[in-house]
This record gives sequence, structure tokens and C-alpha cells, in this order.
Amino acid sequence: MGGLRLRIGDNDMLILNSVEVVYSNVILVLRGVSLQVPEGAIVSLLGANGAGKTTTLKSISGLLGTELGDVTHGNIEFDGQRIDRSEPEDIVKLGIVQVMEGRRQFGHLSVEENLRAGAYTRHNGASLKRDLDMVYGYFPRLKALRRATSGYCSGGEQQMLVIGRALMAHPKLILLDEPSLGLAPLLVEEIFGIVKNINEEEGTSVLLVEQNAMAALGIASYGYVMENGRVVLDGSAEKLRENEDIREFYLGLSQLGKRKSYREVKHYKRRKRWLG
Amino acid sequence: MSEFISLVVNGILIGGVYALVGLAIVVIYKSSSVFNFAVGDFVMWGGFVMWTFLVAFDLPIWASILFAVVVMAIIGLLTNRLLISPMAGQPLLAVVLLTLGLSYLLKGVHSAAWGPTWKAFPPLLPSGKLTLGSISFSADYMWCFIIAMVAFGIFSYLFQRTRMGLAMRATAEDHQLARSTGISVKTIFSATWILAALLCLVAGVLLGSVNNLGPQLADIGLKGFPVVLFGGLESVVGCIVGGIVVGVLENLGAAYLNPLVGGGIEEVVPFVVMLLVLMFKPYGLFGLKRIERL
Repeated sequence: MGGLRLRIGDNDMLILNSVEVVYSNVILVLRGVSLQVPEGAIVSLLGANGAGKTTTLKSISGLLGTELGDVTHGNIEFDGQRIDRSEPEDIVKLGIVQVMEGRRQFGHLSVEENLRAGAYTRHNGASLKRDLDMVYGYFPRLKALRRATSGYCSGGEQQMLVIGRALMAHPKLILLDEPSLGLAPLLVEEIFGIVKNINEEEGTSVLLVEQNAMAALGIASYGYVMENGRVVLDGSAEKLRENEDIREFYLGLSQLGKRKSYREVKHYKRRKRWLG
Repeated sequence: MSEFISLVVNGILIGGVYALVGLAIVVIYKSSSVFNFAVGDFVMWGGFVMWTFLVAFDLPIWASILFAVVVMAIIGLLTNRLLISPMAGQPLLAVVLLTLGLSYLLKGVHSAAWGPTWKAFPPLLPSGKLTLGSISFSADYMWCFIIAMVAFGIFSYLFQRTRMGLAMRATAEDHQLARSTGISVKTIFSATWILAALLCLVAGVLLGSVNNLGPQLADIGLKGFPVVLFGGLESVVGCIVGGIVVGVLENLGAAYLNPLVGGGIEEVVPFVVMLLVLMFKPYGLFGLKRIERL
């Protein structure tokens, strides 16, 4: 079911090994998720609501603990080090920063204070100025807004702010959760373009969770598809874009002119249940 | 008229110290939503710890200040580590009631250690009356106000300009988000408790030197409650305004209402005002309005 598994092997920076996550000791959310993020790559994690994408990210960043979640089986390795029992602040120091869903920022702080808060783990005051300039370089709009209260910025500006805040920590890996949420298509394109730029210029790896599969597979090199707490499909971005099921379910495309017959729909439903 | 103005001026001056007590409540409430009912006892302890080093051990003033700062910082730190931190994840009400218990514990240990008697500081502040035209006010009140405002200024600098202060403000907004940016929320909570204990130390020494040093200092410390409820639980500026309002009201109450009811009204007036404010502005004058963009 996994399709063609492209093992990239040695340069895998992040490895999840059949991770199982339980919330409040009863609710099983992840049922053995395995995935790898190679160094310097953009890997995309696709799936419908409730598939377990955000939980996967939180299990990596350690934020599960703040929501009574627990990794009960499997392990997570980053740079050869197990991190599934670490505190979120230690994981940030190792070089993983999660950008949470919904553009969460410190609403009463100014844009620049938000960025400075992102650099909390780094004590070096001298490089702070340089990093601010780096972020303003990627997001010129933030520079004009640096004194503005971030809670009053527009959705697109806030999304830029939270990505910029993550950059301030000099992460090796950014976990980006639904950056396209509630943004206009043009803005989504702009932000994804900047993420691609950051990836190329800073060498930052990105694990990108998205519902907008088209945009995500546009910048990612590899993708995983999740359903009911499992990875059901993975492959290179091109392969996934060509995949019939993906086209049908996530890209909203099917073979031109061909109507789906009822029998085929039922087949998909059966298949989905079997996977779940 | 000049009597009225003198009363107001004296009220403003002592209000500066109440503002410090208010700030000690606000700094903890802002970051962890815990309302510290033991704040009055921290104030009393601050006064007595300072007295112990200065009078009982007969140390020079700079050494007393140094040791008092260390002891109060340790008390603040231990409170967080031993009482507040283990309660993480428990209902907030339980934590708040715990501070009420802590208040009784501190009172008990205080009477065991220092006894119920009144103590007196040697004159720390210049005393006497100052006059400005027809207005007269006490010199020690004026110095209280100046020292309180300096403490306030140092706090504001820490809070607004330093990395730790930024982390405190960030934590105050969103714990989970703060942790996701690498801020250790536990460390920040400890820092706020230490800061609050030090503010109480300053307030305790000032109040203890203008009044006297006794168990009643804990009740005077409780004036921090109307201060923060008047100014808004999350507002630093509200502390100053609230402190001054409480100071002025109690002075005016003592002067004009006491002859009518026979004394003690200054203890009641701030709380009556607090009730009225809560009825009309439940979040206080400067309470935080959440930014909601949907």
C-alpha cells in the first residue's frame, strides 16, 4: 500500500519510526506513523481533516505534552538523537521550530517584539540585528509594520510574521502547519514562493502540512498522505501529482471528460475503509 | 482647601507604595493567571527580613539590603518550585486557594519567628514636614514615593527592554506558543515570583518605616487588591493609577469621614471603591481587552 518507497537513507535529518500517539490515555490518534525528512528538503504531509497531520507535527516539536498527548510507541530521531521524550524548549534548541496552525502570534506585542521572542533561545545579541534584517529581506512588508501591534495585522502579514519568527531561531527544520489557511490564492502563492526561497538560500528543511495539496506539492520534493492516523501513500512530489487517488481526492481532478461511475466510487470507499 | 490638597498629595505619595504591591500581584497574574492572595504576607515578610538583618544582626544598610534581596528571592523561588509548579495542569481555583493557604503559613511562621510584637526600623528616611506654599506633606512619604517610583522604573525597564522581560510578556499571552518558540515557561514563572517577592520587599520596608513593623503590615499589604482590581489585573499602568486612587481615598476618608463614624474608615474606603468599580467596570479601568480578529 505504501507505493514505491524512496529511501533517501544517510542524509535523513528527521526520522519517525512507527509513532503512536494517544491523547488523555484513551484517544488513539496516530497508529504508527513512519516518515523521513532529508536534510535541506521540503517534505509535504497531506491529508483530510482529522487525519493526524497536526498531531504528527506536535509529536515532533514536543508540544503534545502541553495537550495531554503522549508518544506511546515508536520513536522520533533528529540528527541521530531521540527527541520523543524531550521538552519543547529543548527541541527548539536542537533546531526544530513549529509554526502552529492559525498564525498564532503574541497579539499584544509589536511585530518586531514577536520576531525577537522567536530568537529567545539564542543569547547572542549582536547577531539579532542581522537576523532581523534577514527576515525583513524575505518579508519586506514586515519591516514597514515593525512597530505595529501584531494582533491587528492582516492574515497574510501574520502568516509572514510567524514564519519570520520561526526563522529567528536559526532552525535546521521548520514544521509548517497549514500556512495557506484562510488566505487568498495569490497570497498563498507568494508565501509558498518565500518558503521555497528560504529553503534554498538558508538550507532550512521544511515539513509542510497542507490541505492545499496542489500548492504543497508545487514546492515539495517528497510527500506523504495520511488517513486516519496512518501514512497511506508516499512518493516523490511528481509521482503524487500523477497519482489517480490524489488527483481525485485532494486535487479535485479526474481523467478529462470521464464521469465516475457509482461502482468506482464504491470501490474508493471500500478502499478507504480498508486503509483506515 | 489647602488641607484638602495636602491630604491628596500625601495620598498620592503613599499610593506609590501601594502601586508596588499591586505590581507584585499583576506580574504573577499576567504570566500565569494566578492571583496571589499571600501578597500581603510577602510584604510583611519583606519588612521583617530587612529588620532582622538591619536591627537584629546589626549589619550595615547595604549588607542588609543585599541579604534581604537574596532571602526574599529565595522565598519567591521556593514558593513557585514547591507550591505552584507541582500544581501545573490543576484547576486554577485550586492554585489560587493554595496561595490563600500559603498566606496563613507565612503568618504562622512569622509569629513563630518574630513574635506578635511591634518592631521599629531605625529612621531610614528623612522625617519631618515639608511645605510647598500652603501645602504640607511628610518628607518620609515623599521619599517613599520616590523610591517606589524608582523600583517601578527598574521593573518597567526589565519588563519592556530585556530579553527576559520580553519572554515574560510573551508567556503572559500564550503559554503553548511561548514554549514553541523555545521559552521555558517554568523558568519564566520562577522569575515572576522572584520579581514579585522583591517588589514586596521594597513595599514592606517602605511601609514598615513610615508606619511601624508589625503583623498588621500583612493587612496593609492587602491594599494591593483594590489597587489591581481598580486598575485592571493585567495592567502595569493601572497599578500606578490604582495605587494613587487608593492612597488618596483612604487619606480623604480618614480626614473627613472618621469624625462622623468614629475611626477606622480608611481601612474600608478602598474596598468600597473596589466594589463599585467591579460593578461598573469588571475588568478594571485598564483591564486587558483581548484582540479578536476573526
